[in-house]
Amino acid sequence: MTRVAVIRFPGSNCEPDAYRAVEREGGSAFYVFHRETDLRDADAVILPGGFSYGDYLRSGAIARFSPIMAAVERHAADGKPVAGFCNGFQILCESGLLPGGLMRNATLKYVSRPVDCRIERTDTPFTSAYRTGEVIRIPVGHGDGRYTASDEVLDHLENRGLVVIRYVEGGLLDAPANPNGSARNIAGISNPEGNVVGMMPHPERLAHDLLGSNAGTRVFASLMRWKRPALVTNS
Amino acid sequence: MSKATAPVAQPFPGEPPVTPALVREHKLNDREYAEILDMLGRTPTLTELGVFSALWSEHCSYKHTRPVLKTFPTEGPQVLQGPGENAGVLRLPDGWAVAFKIESHNHPSAVEPYQGAATGVGGILRDVFTMGARPVAVLNSLRFGPLDDARNRYLFGGVVKGVGDYGNCVGVPTLGGEVTFAPGYSGNPLVNAMCVGILRADDLITARAHGVGNILMSVGARTGRDGIHGASFASEDLSAESEARRPQVQVGDPFTEKLLLEASLELITSGTIVAIQDMGAAGLTSSSAEMAARGGVGVELDTSRVPLREAGMTPYEILLSESQERMLLVVEPHRIGEVEAICAKWELAGTVIGRVTDDGLFRVIHEGRTVVAIPGERLVNGVPMYYPDAIESPEAVARRAGTPAIAARVDAGAALPLLLDDPTIASKRWVYDQYDSTVQANTVLGPGGDAGVIAVDGSRFGIAVSVDCPNRYVALDPYEGGKMTVAEAARNVACTGAVPLGITNCLNFGNPDKPDMFFQFKEAVRGMGDACRAFDTPVTGGNVSLYNESPTGAIDPTPTVGMVGLLDDVTTRVPSAFQQPGDLVAVVGTTRGHLGGSMYWWLVRDFLGGPPPPCDLDAERCLQRFLVAASRGRLLRSAHDCADGGLAVALAEAAIGGPYANATMGAGVHLARPDNIGIDAMLYGEDGARAVLSFDPGSVDGLRALAAEHGVPFAVVGNVGPANGELRITVGTEVLTWATADLRQAYFDAIPRRMAA
Repeated sequence: MTRVAVIRFPGSNCEPDAYRAVEREGGSAFYVFHRETDLRDADAVILPGGFSYGDYLRSGAIARFSPIMAAVERHAADGKPVAGFCNGFQILCESGLLPGGLMRNATLKYVSRPVDCRIERTDTPFTSAYRTGEVIRIPVGHGDGRYTASDEVLDHLENRGLVVIRYVEGGLLDAPANPNGSARNIAGISNPEGNVVGMMPHPERLAHDLLGSNAGTRVFASLMRWKRPALVTNS
Repeated sequence: MSKATAPVAQPFPGEPPVTPALVREHKLNDREYAEILDMLGRTPTLTELGVFSALWSEHCSYKHTRPVLKTFPTEGPQVLQGPGENAGVLRLPDGWAVAFKIESHNHPSAVEPYQGAATGVGGILRDVFTMGARPVAVLNSLRFGPLDDARNRYLFGGVVKGVGDYGNCVGVPTLGGEVTFAPGYSGNPLVNAMCVGILRADDLITARAHGVGNILMSVGARTGRDGIHGASFASEDLSAESEARRPQVQVGDPFTEKLLLEASLELITSGTIVAIQDMGAAGLTSSSAEMAARGGVGVELDTSRVPLREAGMTPYEILLSESQERMLLVVEPHRIGEVEAICAKWELAGTVIGRVTDDGLFRVIHEGRTVVAIPGERLVNGVPMYYPDAIESPEAVARRAGTPAIAARVDAGAALPLLLDDPTIASKRWVYDQYDSTVQANTVLGPGGDAGVIAVDGSRFGIAVSVDCPNRYVALDPYEGGKMTVAEAARNVACTGAVPLGITNCLNFGNPDKPDMFFQFKEAVRGMGDACRAFDTPVTGGNVSLYNESPTGAIDPTPTVGMVGLLDDVTTRVPSAFQQPGDLVAVVGTTRGHLGGSMYWWLVRDFLGGPPPPCDLDAERCLQRFLVAASRGRLLRSAHDCADGGLAVALAEAAIGGPYANATMGAGVHLARPDNIGIDAMLYGEDGARAVLSFDPGSVDGLRALAAEHGVPFAVVGNVGPANGELRITVGTEVLTWATADLRQAYFDAIPRRMAA
């Protein structure tokens, strides 16, 4: 059974949603508190959404210094799966596990609504259950979601195929495709190895038909299929 | 009452002696001051005067309204906790319960919209989690002056951002709400926030201090000089000087709130504490005095032990500070260590600041000196009650009797986009796009429909919630309007398929010393009480906000109702918009074409007046039961109530689709028009107890039978489709058509267009 550590920072508020989404797909989820230093033999790590430490400075800027983050960085370096949704994505960028950063939305307003996104990379532990090019409708809820990086970094992401999920024109009648002004409509990216993935949308909020769609469940289903590569050993 | 002299309290060094001028400055009148002298048998200290001023403010004491509020029905088998606690609690299936409350933050928001609204959300969240409930939804009811005024746009934008930033950070979804724009709210916006929480009924905890020798602890933020006398500020009319009150508006910290929420729930569910109370209006003073009075004990506070944000604060300031995100706990002495450990886990300090005593006194010590010693029970319950005159003004009578003086500015067809473009009717997507509505992953029906619906994790049932107040009707006829307020809220909840269970209310009115205002208050309460009795939806609590007057006049009387309903099986919930071409459309209820008080008369004939639609409680109850039965039978594809703008607006809203739809739905309907009803009255009359339904053609017989069983008039009027097609309404022989895309644009662009100006 895939063991998934869901990190709780002070101010996290989506960790129960991620926990439930993992359990619904047959995984074993457990919380790891920000003050801990060990991931307790987790196969995968989720950095959940929320407002870690209030995000009064810059989203994710303080969380990256939490005691647990050293263990998360080692876990990532070992090639094991790490995902960050929303605030988790912000923390991954702040900690340098992913390039670029998330700036205040271009509208200067918080945005909470569904967006249509295309899955562009499916060879990651979090997207393997999707078809490449598949468009899903999924909610966002953030004030700081405008993905920003230098042209050099953006070109690198594009050329290496590291954009995992991208805002696209879909069926929404009167809402712009890109909700926050992200560069090149980027909604989520991965590291070159593909084991670290960050995205602004919230797949854990669409984990049940009753909520209008289960389009998010396959992020967690993907993780359940992931096998620890034989070549990777603990550092 | 005994005339025994209360124990002596000494002035804090540097405090001036209490003079008549100081008494007046503290908003205490001669009668109240005489009562204080009688109670103490001596002159109060300045600190004591401050304590009386806060607790005897209208905001804390309900001294003008308590006798009237007592007429509300508050009992029923579903009630686990009625009025008098931080929030009301109703029983749900499987050992669950729902705690909920609505509260105003009008005065602070009038002078500092962002922080005023943010701290309003913070306060109502704390009211719910101090009951042991986890907040699962917030709603809000907002009122502003028209958006063509720059200051109103500033207030509206600031309030929305304040509500959003606070609730989003704490992680509680906003499920719905209402926003109304009318001239009466120009100087005095209304910000009413509602919170709904879920708990195991066994975990319910109350704010009742008991156990002599138990310890009082404060948890959460440090105490600063913000918000001093906020409760008194909320108990006077707004004026040109109100701007100077800005420093009295508290500043919110949602991050600390989130930590306090987790710490409080852990303290409660682990059984570590005896009682817990939010330090809300009048801060430490009211929280400690009210907990003691409820428990029939005394308390002793040592203000020199309260953690402070700045040095040199006096006991007066510490007692009256309204710094946010603070809780008061009652703890058995041997469990202090456990409490401190749980607080530390959540990065908070838990500090011993007092104890429960057996002498019934509200006593405050500062650096070894007794600065306050007041008999606790009389402090909380001894405020003189007022029974103001209640006389309707001749102007109100005349306005109700009036009719429009001018003809319609546009024809019946052109009136529909005009109504949809009015910000009160138009979509509030500009607002709720700024509120997180999906966090917690239980949102089944989000904002933009008749009511919000959430699932409860691990259960079959769901909860539907709505906030409503047809303030135009209440202004024109407080009794009928009061009834209709409850009826609209119940109808909204029932449209989703939920059984209305109970209400909380937030009664926003003007100055109670004015007989015409107090007439509005008394009559609205009478109407609401009658409706609550008819629907079996008891009142479980709420708050009263008076003195909503600015130099430009009083607000419309606005008794906002927050309704909670239960869906036995959440999978049967019904959305409000048409779903599928080919479905049939029916109108349930009776159309009489009542235009008095309507949006149509106001916007198209420039007349805001006439008698509002009478509220037929029997018809409303029958409609609610029919809607619930139809949902349980899975017979409906959509249900949407008729309110502002009448049948035409309800049909248009169902046709143009939800906020995030892929397509609009055309529809063709034919309305039979009795000879005595004009086409405009047919389309835009605002009779209550009606709804627009759509359903699979195969369900028509079942629905017809159910309607007959419940005594609800039921007429199939047409069908849905095609997608992105026209809305065509035939009234008698007249055919009106609109492109649904145009209607949608009018409806969804009305507020963004004005806010971009």
